[in-house]
Amino acid sequence: MSSVAREWREIPGRYNLKGTKCANCGRIFFPARTFCPDCRRASIGKIEEYQVCRTGKVFSYSVIHEAPDCNNLLKPYAVAMVKTDDGVMIEGQLVDVDLAKIEIGMPVRAVLRKLDADGAAGVIHYGYKFVPM
Amino acid sequence: MEVGIVSYGAYVPRYRIKPEEIGRIWGVDGKAMGKGLYINQKSVPSPDEDVVTIATEAARYMMARVPSVDPKDIGAIYVGSESHPYAVKPTATIVAEAIEATPAMTAADMEFACKAGTAGIQACMGLVGSGMVRYGVAIGSDTSQGAPGDALEYSASAGGAAYLIGTENIIAKINRTLSFTTDTPDFWRREGQPYPLHGGRFTGEPAYFRHITSAAKMMMEAMGTTPEDYMYAVFHQPNGKFPTRVAAQLGFQPEQIETGLLTPEIGNTYSGAVPLGLANVLDHAEAGDRIFVTSYGSGAGSDAFDITVTDAIKDYKRDNAPVLEKIMQDPIYLDYGTYAKYKGKIVMSE
Amino acid sequence: MREVAIIGTGVTKFGELWNKSFRALGIEAGMKAIADANLAGDEIDAMYIGNMSAGRFINQQHIDALIADYTGMASRHIPAVRVEAGGASGGVAFRQAYIDVASGASDYVVVGGAEKMTDLDDASINSVLDATADAEWEAGMGVTFAGLHAMIAQRMIHEGIATREEIASFAVNSHYHGALNPNAQFRKEIKLDTVLRSGAVAEPLGVFDCAPISDGAAAVVLCPLEKAKEHTDCYAKVAAVTQASDTLALFGRGEDITTYRATVEAANRAYQQVGITPADIQVAEVHDNFTVSGIMALQDLGFFKKGEAGKAVMDGQCRIGGKIAINTSGGLKARGHPIGATGVAQVAEIADQMRNRADKRQVPNAKYGLAQNTGGIGSAATVTILEAI
Repeated sequence: MSSVAREWREIPGRYNLKGTKCANCGRIFFPARTFCPDCRRASIGKIEEYQVCRTGKVFSYSVIHEAPDCNNLLKPYAVAMVKTDDGVMIEGQLVDVDLAKIEIGMPVRAVLRKLDADGAAGVIHYGYKFVPM
Repeated sequence: MEVGIVSYGAYVPRYRIKPEEIGRIWGVDGKAMGKGLYINQKSVPSPDEDVVTIATEAARYMMARVPSVDPKDIGAIYVGSESHPYAVKPTATIVAEAIEATPAMTAADMEFACKAGTAGIQACMGLVGSGMVRYGVAIGSDTSQGAPGDALEYSASAGGAAYLIGTENIIAKINRTLSFTTDTPDFWRREGQPYPLHGGRFTGEPAYFRHITSAAKMMMEAMGTTPEDYMYAVFHQPNGKFPTRVAAQLGFQPEQIETGLLTPEIGNTYSGAVPLGLANVLDHAEAGDRIFVTSYGSGAGSDAFDITVTDAIKDYKRDNAPVLEKIMQDPIYLDYGTYAKYKGKIVMSE
Repeated sequence: MREVAIIGTGVTKFGELWNKSFRALGIEAGMKAIADANLAGDEIDAMYIGNMSAGRFINQQHIDALIADYTGMASRHIPAVRVEAGGASGGVAFRQAYIDVASGASDYVVVGGAEKMTDLDDASINSVLDATADAEWEAGMGVTFAGLHAMIAQRMIHEGIATREEIASFAVNSHYHGALNPNAQFRKEIKLDTVLRSGAVAEPLGVFDCAPISDGAAAVVLCPLEKAKEHTDCYAKVAAVTQASDTLALFGRGEDITTYRATVEAANRAYQQVGITPADIQVAEVHDNFTVSGIMALQDLGFFKKGEAGKAVMDGQCRIGGKIAINTSGGLKARGHPIGATGVAQVAEIADQMRNRADKRQVPNAKYGLAQNTGGIGSAATVTILEAI
């Protein structure tokens, strides 16, 4: 069973694609970072909240057959690397999609779905997945 | 002060199952069953969808249509459902976080069988009208359960709609709301039970029909109106048959209820049913259109609304989110095995 | 820095070793290597153990103490260090040991690598592997470790770098050599069609594109080059050991996901240190945890240009007797992939090649051999170049 706090503290990223941006160099981070790996010390105090675009295109994908237990009901299911319209690369599941019709370049958007749950009695984890536009 | 709908959004999962497929498993003439209930198919949520995700999708569509509204000005969020994923832990807080309305706001989950969504609209009207909050959000969302083989299994479906209630830039003014409520146990689900039970034919005359006609008549009497005064009427729709019959009893014509009657294509979305029917009406409505709405929740009560679409609908950014016709097109049909798996009806190893 | 030699190697059989425990495997490999080095054991100054996840596989932390104890080193109180770097745990452990000897701090160092995977169920094993990428933003989002490699393969095919068949052919190559290795998990040649028709794991990759779940251990003994002759005539010089890192998550690398920059950087540094080019390498062990990783390695290490590695493998150029012998041990795919052991077993194989001890899989007259070990989704890479003396 995973920690409640560990999931809870990631809610801004998981629900709403909240990332950060280095005001020093303009680089966008998702998931959010508090330190720019390019500017390093110069980025301290200059990391701002950044809203990543919810729409993008499939950069690569795979249909997963050997699924983790939490996705047993969904398998086979698709995952994708999505390049958002503001250029951020994000990985997530691609759902409500005809698996045979997925292709690179396909437009998608982020929605909120159940990712996992700590068993039947534990906390439910919600986060982004992608659906075709 | 004028109170009304500032924005709305709706969502229905993409999966469907047909009554004949359900009947095939249980040795019932599903096609006849569907015809009797006037249900051609019903929506099914994906295993990763629940009341939270459906409510969130509807609420995000609602917010997308009013880009000028700051979600931080939302002072209350109520999510009505009879299938909240938690018995204790609100759905509303998750939705609130997902539309970035937190933290200066109040939130709660509502339950009143199929009318919890409209109960939320009434609560928001009170808060907004009294000036306690600037905007309130009322959502009806369900992933309802019907016991395998029960008549309910042919209709119980999933979907929801969200309403932003306020006093500024309202696209539909709520002229009045009133309710008719009694203690009538026609349908219930006890704590810890997976499936609801119902009183069979008792759910009809003393329950659905009595409460809807009473609330509707009270409303028309209070407003001094007759059915002819309304362009559209939306009634609770546990199936396609009941709303059609109650409309006729009240003197409404089939054309008036057609737009707000989605159950034949998506099934009974419970708390989502009237909110979704109204959303489809608003997808088509023009300024000046008057809408008559009466919900029904078992247990039992009806909320009636008299609504007039305003000129603001002309500038309303409805196209910022998909209309229901678009959301409902291109469904994916399931066989019963997949449906049973998706709905968690198959006992799995832990 | 002193020059360093490998004077002994020891590798257990790899596979589903139901009757062997983690500690039994560790001892077996270590004892073989020490015996091969003609040491008594009392000479050993330090131990390094590559192990990825005994904590999750067998619920045992602190395995440095465990191995020191069970190999009789605890009574001598020498330092023992456990190293974890995902799939590169063994390679990084080897590098730490190399630095220890090269720096002059220690003279005789044993590097072990061990993993006992089969005590856990398959789903849990996969979840451990998934955690070598970004646990929160890849695995946590449903993107499995195989899925990450599959998305690289998808891009390779999309960008015209390799065809599905070419990618699959890497497994055929590994099995061809695995059949020659008595310690390999799979000692059977396979056909390309077998790979292509194997059950899907993460499309386009199937079961035969993936290294198996394995138990096993490997060890090598290091000492200063100048002391090697005191113990044996059969030793190999460690010409270079380099390591490089990259982002934890695949999504952190922009659009070029068909190159592992960590491998490229580590390889360039190694070639530079030795003063050779990729063309000087006659035999190499590369990290084919998935077929696609093997194809990438051939390109990233400079053996073939991008877009030509797949064709070369298909053509048999990577078999013994071809342009360059790749994964003569059978690679991760056929020899097996007990994760922490892999990086050390690769070095042991190359050391045996340099010492002319590789038996049926010996590459004749090999002067330089290379081992490439990666961790996570190319997030860490080590490159070791050994030289025949």
